[in-house]
Amino acid sequence: MTTVSAADTARRGPLVPAATTTRPATDRRTRSPHRPRWWTPYAFLAPFLLIFGTFVLVPAVSGVWMSLHNWDFFLPDRPFVGLQNYVDLFTPGALVAQQFWESMRATGIFVVLSVPLLMTIPLALALLLDQRFRGRTFFRAVFFAPYVLGVSVVGLLWQYLLNGNTGLINGYLAELGVTEAVPWLTATPWVWVSLVGVTLWWTMGFNSVVYLAGLQSVDEALYDAAKVDGAGRWARLWHVTLPQLRPVILFVLTMTVLASANMFGQSYLLTGGNPSNETRTAIMFIAEVGLEQFRMGLAAAMSYLLALLLIVVSALNFLFLRQKES
Amino acid sequence: MATAVEHASLVRTRATSPAGRGVVGTLLLYALLLILSVVVLAPLLWMLSTSFKTTGDATALPPQWVPPEPTLEGYRTLFADAQAPLLRWFGNSVLVGVLHTLLVLATASAAAYPLARMRFPGRRVVFAVIVATLFVPGFVFLMPNYLIVDGLGWLDTVWALVVPGAAGAFGVFFLCQFFASLPAALEEAALIDGANRWQIFVRVVLPLSKAPLATLGLLTFLASWNDFLWPLYVLFNPSQLTLPAGLATLRGAYATDFPAVMAGAAVASVPVLVLFAFVQRYVIAGVARSGLKG
Repeated sequence: MTTVSAADTARRGPLVPAATTTRPATDRRTRSPHRPRWWTPYAFLAPFLLIFGTFVLVPAVSGVWMSLHNWDFFLPDRPFVGLQNYVDLFTPGALVAQQFWESMRATGIFVVLSVPLLMTIPLALALLLDQRFRGRTFFRAVFFAPYVLGVSVVGLLWQYLLNGNTGLINGYLAELGVTEAVPWLTATPWVWVSLVGVTLWWTMGFNSVVYLAGLQSVDEALYDAAKVDGAGRWARLWHVTLPQLRPVILFVLTMTVLASANMFGQSYLLTGGNPSNETRTAIMFIAEVGLEQFRMGLAAAMSYLLALLLIVVSALNFLFLRQKES
Repeated sequence: MATAVEHASLVRTRATSPAGRGVVGTLLLYALLLILSVVVLAPLLWMLSTSFKTTGDATALPPQWVPPEPTLEGYRTLFADAQAPLLRWFGNSVLVGVLHTLLVLATASAAAYPLARMRFPGRRVVFAVIVATLFVPGFVFLMPNYLIVDGLGWLDTVWALVVPGAAGAFGVFFLCQFFASLPAALEEAALIDGANRWQIFVRVVLPLSKAPLATLGLLTFLASWNDFLWPLYVLFNPSQLTLPAGLATLRGAYATDFPAVMAGAAVASVPVLVLFAFVQRYVIAGVARSGLKG
């Protein structure tokens, strides 16, 4: 590879012919390969840093600023209110506090219900796909396929499939003799079954692929050694595969918790947050308060609370799994 | 080093438990895989099938998998609706996806190159700040970015979708990993030939990075094509919407016209599914890689 490319470069000739052919090496002042212009790396970085600064660094600071003001998009005055937005969110009895914590509860329920399934089922699927058989690339692609659809398509599709009166699912249940229509999208606990089930259908292939890559990087010699020691299939899974997969499991766990805590589209499209806002997630509520009612200071405060909580959860995940290692 | 071929086949064919599976085991394995495939694919087939049905057949019981009277009525209804310019949405999504992907590839590769291959004051700090933002949930930037985009006059324009997302750290991080794995001899050879850094970047580094660039490009395009929350709130005019934001409006307008809604879903999903069928190796390699690096 190296020689091919060097030859390739050589074939095109020297990139700056004058420098090498006509001048002695000592005379290369500005073009000296060992003293590049000091600003070269910064010039390469500039376009990205401009965008990064504008849409990540500035917002990171101005978001805090907003959260300390009564920042309404349509009001000329945005008075400084200190920590009042945060205090409001912790005032028992205040409507916004009640709604916010109800939405946090919805997000919490979704995380608790979805994460264990999104961790275990894709792992089982990956173990299945890690065997040697014809067509494994094909099946891997099939299981991954729903992930390439956006949540909008997924939401529209399943809203139709899970429709209480005319949906395919209830249609088949009726064929099987379930006479009473299941209110998949309108009543608890069915709404949670739907939201979790649809999310599983949509993203299990993604997690499987990450697991599969981890499985394929496990050193074959470890399995051979375990076999020599008389370990059966389950023993090998428990004592070789899972310990070797720990970093990948940690990665999938962190990613899945974050993705589930960010849940928005499924609720927005499937249940609309119903029944009575029970499935209105935190992100959905933040978007409503900030981008529909334009109480952006309050919404910013809510985002920071949620972010802080997520960072704490991620750190705990990390510490917990790290500790088990030692 | 990872050549193009090796990179694409990162998820390589290898068995960890080849022995000890009899004929029965193999049959069980295939049975399980087929059942799962049906569960995964049936909803998609149902979507396609419904899009060619009459509204009556769409809700008929028992369910009809093959449209009894195939019709393009669903598609015609949508294409005739000025409030739901499906082709326009499709065009907007393509435009946004292509521009956004090109911007990400250009800025992320240019930024990753010095971070991976040069020594300069501030390198560590810049890299640390960029990586740190990988761990900050994106919704934190939602409110301030709405104001910034408004301040730039970008609300209800493609720029609101093309530019802010390019600030993500993933592309830089992803390409840094690859650039750092290239042998130093390549650059040294070019430097001795008198090439400057820009020429090395364009003529040596980028041509060697086609596979990771393709992977990053596909993942970026996919994310842009499917982005939902942000376009839902920064776009207003029906003619400006992208497919995901537009499809969400169909829910209310066509609450019971399932063939029309499924026609919209099919228009949004069939192109990406076909694209995926051709490039699935790169997409899956990219996803797998992100896990191994984490």
